[in-house]
Amino acid sequence: MSAADGLAQHATADEARVQRILAAIPDPEIPVLSIVDLGIVRSVVCSASGVEVGLTSTYSGCPATDVIRSSVLDRLREHGISARVRMILDPAWSTDWISASGRAKLADYGIVPPRLLGGAGTDALDANDQPVACPRCQSAQTERTSEFGATPCKALYRCRSCLEPFERFKCL
Amino acid sequence: MSATARSTVASAPTLGQARFEYLLRLGDTSLVLAQRLGEWVGHAPALEEDLGLANVALDLLGQARLLLSYAGELEGCGRDEDALAYRRDVPEFRNFTLVEQPNGDFGFTIVRQFLLDGLQRELYSALRQSTDERLAGIAAKALKETEYHWRFSSRWLVRLGDGTAESHARVQRALTELWPYSNEFFAADLIDQVLEQAQIAPPLATLETRWQALLEPVIKEATLACPPGRGKLTAGKRGLHGEALGFVLAEMQFLQRAYPGARW
Repeated sequence: MSAADGLAQHATADEARVQRILAAIPDPEIPVLSIVDLGIVRSVVCSASGVEVGLTSTYSGCPATDVIRSSVLDRLREHGISARVRMILDPAWSTDWISASGRAKLADYGIVPPRLLGGAGTDALDANDQPVACPRCQSAQTERTSEFGATPCKALYRCRSCLEPFERFKCL
Repeated sequence: MSATARSTVASAPTLGQARFEYLLRLGDTSLVLAQRLGEWVGHAPALEEDLGLANVALDLLGQARLLLSYAGELEGCGRDEDALAYRRDVPEFRNFTLVEQPNGDFGFTIVRQFLLDGLQRELYSALRQSTDERLAGIAAKALKETEYHWRFSSRWLVRLGDGTAESHARVQRALTELWPYSNEFFAADLIDQVLEQAQIAPPLATLETRWQALLEPVIKEATLACPPGRGKLTAGKRGLHGEALGFVLAEMQFLQRAYPGARW
Protein backbone atom coordinates (compact mmCIF):
# COMPACT_ATOMS: atom_id res chain seq x y z
CA MET A 1 0.00 0.00 0.00
CA SER A 2 1.47 3.36 -0.92
CA ALA A 3 1.31 6.37 1.35
CA ALA A 4 -1.13 8.09 -1.02
CA ASP A 5 -3.53 5.13 -0.89
CA GLY A 6 -3.32 5.03 2.89
CA LEU A 7 -4.11 8.69 3.22
CA ALA A 8 -7.26 8.48 1.12
CA GLN A 9 -8.91 5.97 3.46
CA HIS A 10 -11.33 7.12 6.15
CA ALA A 11 -10.94 10.77 5.14
CA THR A 12 -13.72 13.20 5.91
CA ALA A 13 -14.75 15.68 3.21
CA ASP A 14 -12.57 18.37 4.79
CA GLU A 15 -9.60 16.04 5.02
CA ALA A 16 -10.05 14.97 1.39
CA ARG A 17 -10.02 18.63 0.36
CA VAL A 18 -6.78 19.25 2.30
CA GLN A 19 -5.24 16.17 0.71
CA ARG A 20 -6.13 17.43 -2.78
CA ILE A 21 -4.40 20.73 -2.02
CA LEU A 22 -1.32 18.93 -0.66
CA ALA A 23 -1.24 16.67 -3.72
CA ALA A 24 -0.63 19.76 -5.86
CA ILE A 25 2.45 20.91 -3.89
CA PRO A 26 5.63 19.97 -5.75
CA ASP A 27 8.79 18.73 -4.08
CA PRO A 28 11.22 21.68 -4.39
CA GLU A 29 14.13 19.48 -5.53
CA ILE A 30 12.25 17.15 -7.87
CA PRO A 31 9.24 19.26 -8.92
CA VAL A 32 7.76 16.47 -11.04
CA LEU A 33 6.82 14.76 -7.76
CA SER A 34 4.25 16.12 -5.35
CA ILE A 35 4.88 15.82 -1.64
CA VAL A 36 2.07 13.24 -1.52
CA ASP A 37 3.72 11.20 -4.31
CA LEU A 38 6.91 11.29 -2.25
CA GLY A 39 5.12 9.76 0.73
CA ILE A 40 6.18 12.39 3.23
CA VAL A 41 2.62 13.50 4.08
CA ARG A 42 1.84 11.04 6.87
CA SER A 43 -1.46 12.27 8.19
CA VAL A 44 -4.18 14.86 7.72
CA VAL A 45 -6.54 15.41 10.62
CA CYS A 46 -9.36 17.95 10.69
CA SER A 47 -10.88 18.35 14.13
CA ALA A 48 -12.51 20.96 16.31
CA SER A 49 -9.06 22.26 17.21
CA GLY A 50 -8.12 22.84 13.55
CA VAL A 51 -6.24 21.15 10.73
CA GLU A 52 -3.06 19.24 11.48
CA VAL A 53 -0.75 17.91 8.77
CA GLY A 54 1.78 15.25 9.79
CA LEU A 55 4.98 15.49 7.73
CA THR A 56 8.15 13.45 7.77
CA SER A 57 11.50 14.19 6.12
CA THR A 58 13.23 12.02 3.53
CA TYR A 59 16.84 12.36 4.70
CA SER A 60 17.36 14.02 8.07
CA GLY A 61 19.55 16.74 6.54
CA CYS A 62 17.45 17.37 3.44
CA PRO A 63 17.30 21.17 3.08
CA ALA A 64 13.96 20.88 1.25
CA THR A 65 12.18 19.93 4.47
CA ASP A 66 11.90 23.50 5.76
CA VAL A 67 10.70 24.75 2.35
CA ILE A 68 8.06 22.01 2.19
CA ARG A 69 6.82 22.82 5.66
CA SER A 70 6.28 26.47 4.75
CA SER A 71 4.71 25.70 1.37
CA VAL A 72 2.18 23.41 3.08
CA LEU A 73 1.17 26.22 5.43
CA ASP A 74 1.17 28.85 2.65
CA ARG A 75 -0.91 26.83 0.19
CA LEU A 76 -3.50 25.88 2.78
CA ARG A 77 -3.70 29.52 3.89
CA GLU A 78 -4.33 30.57 0.26
CA HIS A 79 -7.34 28.23 0.38
CA GLY A 80 -8.52 29.81 3.59
CA ILE A 81 -7.36 26.95 5.78
CA SER A 82 -5.34 27.66 8.87
CA ALA A 83 -3.27 24.59 9.67
CA ARG A 84 -0.34 23.45 11.75
CA VAL A 85 2.38 21.01 10.79
CA ARG A 86 3.59 18.25 13.07
CA MET A 87 6.96 16.70 12.16
CA ILE A 88 6.91 12.92 12.49
CA LEU A 89 10.21 11.09 12.92
CA ASP A 90 9.19 7.53 13.59
CA PRO A 91 8.83 5.32 11.60
CA ALA A 92 11.59 6.66 9.37
CA TRP A 93 10.69 7.44 5.75
CA SER A 94 11.32 4.72 3.21
CA THR A 95 11.47 4.96 -0.58
CA ASP A 96 8.77 2.25 -0.54
CA TRP A 97 6.39 5.06 0.44
CA ILE A 98 6.77 6.73 -2.96
CA SER A 99 3.44 6.15 -4.74
CA ALA A 100 3.07 4.11 -7.94
CA SER A 101 2.25 7.29 -9.84
CA GLY A 102 5.28 8.94 -8.25
CA ARG A 103 7.50 6.14 -9.55
CA ALA A 104 6.05 6.54 -13.04
CA LYS A 105 6.61 10.32 -12.93
CA LEU A 106 10.23 9.82 -11.87
CA ALA A 107 10.84 7.41 -14.75
CA ASP A 108 9.25 9.84 -17.24
CA TYR A 109 11.44 12.60 -15.84
CA GLY A 110 14.56 10.54 -16.53
CA ILE A 111 15.35 9.55 -12.92
CA VAL A 112 15.42 5.80 -12.34
CA PRO A 113 12.89 5.10 -9.57
CA PRO A 114 13.98 3.17 -6.45
CA ARG A 115 13.36 -0.56 -6.23
CA LEU A 116 10.67 -1.70 -3.84
CA LEU A 117 12.22 -3.15 -0.69
CA GLY A 118 9.04 -4.76 0.60
CA GLY A 119 9.46 -4.47 4.34
CA ALA A 120 12.58 -5.26 6.32
CA GLY A 121 13.54 -8.25 4.17
CA THR A 122 15.57 -6.44 1.51
CA ASP A 123 18.67 -4.47 2.29
CA ALA A 124 18.51 -0.98 0.76
CA LEU A 125 22.18 -1.02 -0.25
CA ASP A 126 21.86 -4.44 -1.90
CA ALA A 127 18.82 -3.21 -3.83
CA ASN A 128 20.91 -0.29 -5.08
CA ASP A 129 23.55 -2.68 -6.35
CA GLN A 130 21.07 -4.35 -8.72
CA PRO A 131 21.80 -3.50 -12.36
CA VAL A 132 19.89 -0.65 -13.91
CA ALA A 133 18.99 0.20 -17.51
CA CYS A 134 19.77 3.61 -19.00
CA PRO A 135 16.56 5.70 -18.88
CA ARG A 136 17.39 7.24 -22.28
CA CYS A 137 18.53 4.33 -24.49
CA GLN A 138 17.52 1.35 -22.28
CA SER A 139 21.04 -0.12 -22.55
CA ALA A 140 22.04 -2.45 -19.72
CA GLN A 141 25.64 -1.25 -20.04
CA THR A 142 25.58 1.25 -17.20
CA GLU A 143 27.85 2.02 -14.26
CA ARG A 144 27.55 3.91 -11.01
CA THR A 145 29.91 6.86 -10.82
CA SER A 146 28.94 7.91 -7.29
CA GLU A 147 26.61 6.67 -4.58
CA PHE A 148 25.96 10.36 -3.79
CA GLY A 149 24.48 12.95 -6.10
CA ALA A 150 23.12 16.48 -6.35
CA THR A 151 20.53 15.74 -3.66
CA PRO A 152 20.79 13.28 -0.75
CA CYS A 153 18.23 10.96 -2.36
CA LYS A 154 20.02 10.28 -5.66
CA ALA A 155 23.08 8.41 -6.97
CA LEU A 156 25.00 9.19 -10.16
CA TYR A 157 25.28 6.78 -13.08
CA ARG A 158 26.71 6.77 -16.59
CA CYS A 159 25.53 4.84 -19.64
CA ARG A 160 28.39 3.15 -21.47
CA SER A 161 26.30 2.86 -24.65
CA CYS A 162 24.95 6.39 -25.18
CA LEU A 163 27.57 7.91 -22.83
CA GLU A 164 24.98 10.09 -21.10
CA PRO A 165 25.00 10.56 -17.32
CA PHE A 166 21.79 9.88 -15.40
CA GLU A 167 20.46 9.71 -11.85
CA ARG A 168 18.92 6.94 -9.83
CA PHE A 169 16.73 7.48 -6.80
CA LYS A 170 18.49 5.61 -3.97
CA CYS A 171 16.65 3.03 -1.93
CA LEU A 172 16.28 4.01 1.71
CA MET B 1 23.38 29.06 30.32
CA SER B 2 23.08 26.20 32.74
CA ALA B 3 25.80 25.05 35.04
CA THR B 4 25.29 21.55 33.61
CA ALA B 5 26.55 22.55 30.22
CA ARG B 6 29.52 24.48 31.51
CA SER B 7 31.09 22.05 33.88
CA THR B 8 32.05 18.45 33.58
CA VAL B 9 29.81 16.46 35.90
CA ALA B 10 32.04 15.15 38.66
CA SER B 11 29.55 13.62 41.11
CA ALA B 12 26.90 11.16 39.99
CA PRO B 13 24.68 12.97 37.50
CA THR B 14 20.90 12.78 37.67
CA LEU B 15 19.21 10.90 34.86
CA GLY B 16 18.11 14.21 33.37
CA GLN B 17 21.65 15.63 33.39
CA ALA B 18 23.04 12.41 31.96
CA ARG B 19 20.52 12.34 29.10
CA PHE B 20 21.29 15.96 28.21
CA GLU B 21 25.04 15.32 28.25
CA TYR B 22 24.69 12.14 26.22
CA LEU B 23 22.61 13.86 23.52
CA LEU B 24 25.27 16.60 23.35
CA ARG B 25 27.93 13.91 22.84
CA LEU B 26 26.06 12.38 19.93
CA GLY B 27 24.86 15.68 18.47
CA ASP B 28 28.15 17.55 18.81
CA THR B 29 30.08 14.64 17.28
CA SER B 30 27.84 14.76 14.20
CA LEU B 31 27.88 18.56 14.07
CA VAL B 32 31.66 18.97 14.30
CA LEU B 33 32.33 16.21 11.77
CA ALA B 34 29.78 17.78 9.39
CA GLN B 35 31.65 21.06 9.67
CA ARG B 36 35.01 19.36 9.00
CA LEU B 37 33.64 17.50 5.97
CA GLY B 38 32.14 20.74 4.68
CA GLU B 39 35.69 22.11 4.42
CA TRP B 40 36.24 19.62 1.58
CA VAL B 41 33.61 21.15 -0.68
CA GLY B 42 35.38 22.25 -3.84
CA HIS B 43 38.65 20.60 -2.78
CA ALA B 44 38.11 16.81 -2.99
CA PRO B 45 40.21 14.80 -5.48
CA ALA B 46 37.26 14.22 -7.83
CA LEU B 47 33.75 15.62 -8.26
CA GLU B 48 32.16 12.35 -7.16
CA GLU B 49 34.11 12.34 -3.90
CA ASP B 50 33.35 16.02 -3.36
CA LEU B 51 29.64 15.15 -3.62
CA GLY B 52 30.07 12.12 -1.41
CA LEU B 53 31.73 14.02 1.43
CA ALA B 54 29.21 16.87 1.17
CA ASN B 55 26.29 14.42 1.28
CA VAL B 56 27.68 12.68 4.34
CA ALA B 57 28.16 16.11 5.94
CA LEU B 58 24.54 17.02 5.20
CA ASP B 59 23.21 13.80 6.74
CA LEU B 60 25.35 14.37 9.84
CA LEU B 61 24.12 17.94 10.12
CA GLY B 62 20.51 16.76 9.92
CA GLN B 63 21.18 14.16 12.61
CA ALA B 64 22.86 16.81 14.76
CA ARG B 65 19.78 19.03 14.47
CA LEU B 66 17.49 16.23 15.65
CA LEU B 67 19.78 15.38 18.57
CA LEU B 68 20.51 18.95 19.67
CA SER B 69 16.85 20.00 19.41
CA TYR B 70 15.99 17.14 21.71
CA ALA B 71 18.85 18.04 24.07
CA GLY B 72 17.59 21.61 24.27
CA GLU B 73 14.05 20.48 25.06
CA LEU B 74 15.27 18.13 27.79
CA GLU B 75 17.41 20.85 29.33
CA GLY B 76 14.33 23.07 29.55
CA CYS B 77 16.24 26.36 29.61
CA GLY B 78 14.91 27.61 26.30
CA ARG B 79 17.96 26.72 24.21
CA ASP B 80 17.15 25.40 20.73
CA GLU B 81 19.45 23.63 18.25
CA ASP B 82 20.87 26.96 17.04
CA ALA B 83 21.59 28.25 20.53
CA LEU B 84 23.43 25.02 21.30
CA ALA B 85 25.37 24.97 18.02
CA TYR B 86 26.29 28.64 17.80
CA ARG B 87 26.45 29.95 21.32
CA ARG B 88 28.54 27.48 23.25
CA ASP B 89 32.31 27.70 23.52
CA VAL B 90 34.93 24.95 23.32
CA PRO B 91 34.66 23.54 26.89
CA GLU B 92 30.89 23.16 26.49
CA PHE B 93 31.19 20.96 23.40
CA ARG B 94 30.94 17.22 24.04
CA ASN B 95 32.10 15.75 20.72
CA PHE B 96 34.63 12.94 20.55
CA THR B 97 38.12 14.39 20.05
CA LEU B 98 38.53 12.32 16.87
CA VAL B 99 36.09 14.37 14.81
CA GLU B 100 37.67 17.76 15.50
CA GLN B 101 41.00 16.60 14.03
CA PRO B 102 41.95 18.60 10.91
CA ASN B 103 41.13 16.97 7.57
CA GLY B 104 44.72 16.25 6.48
CA ASP B 105 44.80 14.59 3.07
CA PHE B 106 41.91 12.63 1.57
CA GLY B 107 43.22 9.39 3.08
CA PHE B 108 43.37 10.94 6.56
CA THR B 109 39.77 12.13 6.21
CA ILE B 110 38.70 8.65 5.08
CA VAL B 111 40.34 6.95 8.08
CA ARG B 112 38.71 9.42 10.50
CA GLN B 113 35.38 8.80 8.79
CA PHE B 114 35.83 5.03 8.80
CA LEU B 115 36.44 4.90 12.57
CA LEU B 116 33.40 7.08 13.29
CA ASP B 117 31.05 5.55 10.69
CA GLY B 118 31.73 2.11 12.16
CA LEU B 119 30.90 3.43 15.62
CA GLN B 120 27.72 5.21 14.52
CA ARG B 121 26.59 2.12 12.61
CA GLU B 122 26.83 -0.11 15.70
CA LEU B 123 25.67 2.58 18.12
CA TYR B 124 22.57 3.65 16.17
CA SER B 125 21.77 0.01 15.54
CA ALA B 126 21.77 -0.61 19.31
CA LEU B 127 19.99 2.65 20.16
CA ARG B 128 16.96 1.55 18.14
CA GLN B 129 16.15 -0.51 21.25
CA SER B 130 16.66 2.41 23.64
CA THR B 131 14.01 2.89 26.31
CA ASP B 132 14.05 6.54 25.23
CA GLU B 133 11.60 6.29 22.34
CA ARG B 134 12.49 9.58 20.75
CA LEU B 135 16.18 8.70 20.74
CA ALA B 136 15.29 5.27 19.32
CA GLY B 137 13.39 7.01 16.49
CA ILE B 138 16.33 9.31 15.71
CA ALA B 139 18.68 6.31 15.73
CA ALA B 140 16.50 4.30 13.35
CA LYS B 141 16.45 7.16 10.87
CA ALA B 142 20.15 7.94 11.25
CA LEU B 143 21.11 4.29 10.82
CA LYS B 144 19.67 4.16 7.30
CA GLU B 145 21.86 7.09 6.31
CA THR B 146 24.88 5.76 8.19
CA GLU B 147 24.81 2.54 6.16
CA TYR B 148 25.68 4.61 3.09
CA HIS B 149 28.41 6.50 4.96
CA TRP B 150 29.96 3.28 6.18
CA ARG B 151 29.99 1.77 2.69
CA PHE B 152 31.63 4.93 1.31
CA SER B 153 34.41 5.12 3.89
CA SER B 154 35.07 1.36 4.20
CA ARG B 155 35.35 0.94 0.41
CA TRP B 156 37.72 3.88 0.17
CA LEU B 157 39.80 2.49 3.02
CA VAL B 158 40.29 -0.75 1.09
CA ARG B 159 40.94 1.07 -2.17
CA LEU B 160 43.60 3.30 -0.64
CA GLY B 161 45.11 0.73 1.73
CA ASP B 162 45.36 -1.95 -0.93
CA GLY B 163 46.26 0.63 -3.58
CA THR B 164 49.61 2.13 -4.50
CA ALA B 165 52.64 2.18 -2.19
CA GLU B 166 52.01 5.89 -1.67
CA SER B 167 48.28 5.58 -0.83
CA HIS B 168 48.99 2.59 1.45
CA ALA B 169 51.69 4.49 3.34
CA ARG B 170 49.44 7.51 3.79
CA VAL B 171 46.40 5.69 5.15
CA GLN B 172 48.58 3.49 7.37
CA ARG B 173 50.09 6.65 8.84
CA ALA B 174 46.60 8.07 9.34
CA LEU B 175 45.34 4.87 10.99
CA THR B 176 48.32 4.80 13.35
CA GLU B 177 47.73 8.42 14.31
CA LEU B 178 43.93 8.28 14.62
CA TRP B 179 43.35 4.83 16.12
CA PRO B 180 44.08 5.89 19.75
CA TYR B 181 41.28 8.47 19.52
CA SER B 182 38.82 5.57 19.40
CA ASN B 183 39.65 4.69 23.04
CA GLU B 184 37.41 7.56 24.06
CA PHE B 185 34.36 5.98 22.40
CA PHE B 186 34.40 3.12 24.87
CA ALA B 187 35.82 4.65 28.07
CA ALA B 188 32.69 4.58 30.23
CA ASP B 189 32.22 7.42 32.70
CA LEU B 190 29.37 8.26 35.11
CA ILE B 191 27.14 9.49 32.31
CA ASP B 192 27.54 6.28 30.32
CA GLN B 193 26.89 4.23 33.46
CA VAL B 194 23.68 6.07 34.35
CA LEU B 195 22.33 5.70 30.82
CA GLU B 196 23.31 2.06 30.58
CA GLN B 197 21.46 1.33 33.83
CA ALA B 198 18.36 3.09 32.49
CA GLN B 199 18.74 1.06 29.27
CA ILE B 200 18.82 4.26 27.29
CA ALA B 201 22.30 3.56 25.90
CA PRO B 202 23.96 0.19 25.18
CA PRO B 203 26.79 -1.19 27.35
CA LEU B 204 30.04 0.22 25.98
CA ALA B 205 31.89 -3.09 26.34
CA THR B 206 29.40 -4.77 23.98
CA LEU B 207 29.57 -1.84 21.63
CA GLU B 208 33.36 -2.04 21.51
CA THR B 209 33.27 -5.76 20.65
CA ARG B 210 30.80 -5.16 17.85
CA TRP B 211 32.75 -2.18 16.53
CA GLN B 212 35.99 -4.18 16.44
CA ALA B 213 34.28 -7.10 14.72
CA LEU B 214 32.95 -4.71 12.08
CA LEU B 215 36.24 -2.92 11.43
CA GLU B 216 38.76 -5.76 11.65
CA PRO B 217 37.98 -7.56 8.37
CA VAL B 218 37.96 -4.26 6.46
CA ILE B 219 41.32 -3.21 7.92
CA LYS B 220 42.69 -6.62 6.99
CA GLU B 221 41.34 -6.42 3.45
CA ALA B 222 42.90 -2.98 3.17
CA THR B 223 46.26 -4.65 4.11
CA LEU B 224 46.58 -2.22 7.01
CA ALA B 225 47.55 -2.82 10.63
CA CYS B 226 46.23 -1.25 13.82
CA PRO B 227 48.94 0.15 16.06
CA PRO B 228 49.85 -2.12 19.01
CA GLY B 229 48.59 -1.15 22.46
CA ARG B 230 45.81 1.23 23.32
CA GLY B 231 47.72 4.53 23.41
CA LYS B 232 46.32 7.80 24.67
CA LEU B 233 42.86 8.44 26.07
CA THR B 234 41.25 11.69 24.97
CA ALA B 235 38.24 13.23 26.72
CA GLY B 236 36.38 15.48 24.29
CA LYS B 237 33.13 13.93 25.41
CA ARG B 238 33.77 15.42 28.84
CA GLY B 239 34.57 18.85 27.37
CA LEU B 240 38.37 18.52 27.33
CA HIS B 241 39.38 19.34 23.77
CA GLY B 242 42.54 19.84 21.80
CA GLU B 243 43.45 23.10 20.10
CA ALA B 244 41.72 22.12 16.85
CA LEU B 245 38.12 22.60 18.00
CA GLY B 246 38.51 26.34 18.61
CA PHE B 247 39.33 26.87 14.93
CA VAL B 248 36.32 24.80 13.85
CA LEU B 249 33.99 26.82 16.06
CA ALA B 250 35.55 30.16 15.04
CA GLU B 251 34.48 29.50 11.48
CA MET B 252 31.19 27.75 12.22
CA GLN B 253 29.97 30.33 14.74
CA PHE B 254 31.37 33.51 13.18
CA LEU B 255 28.12 34.83 11.73
CA GLN B 256 26.04 34.31 14.87
CA ARG B 257 28.80 35.73 17.06
CA ALA B 258 29.28 38.82 14.86
CA TYR B 259 25.57 39.37 14.16
CA PRO B 260 23.70 37.72 17.05
CA GLY B 261 20.31 36.39 16.01
CA ALA B 262 20.94 36.94 12.26
CA ARG B 263 18.46 35.03 10.09
CA TRP B 264 18.24 34.22 6.38
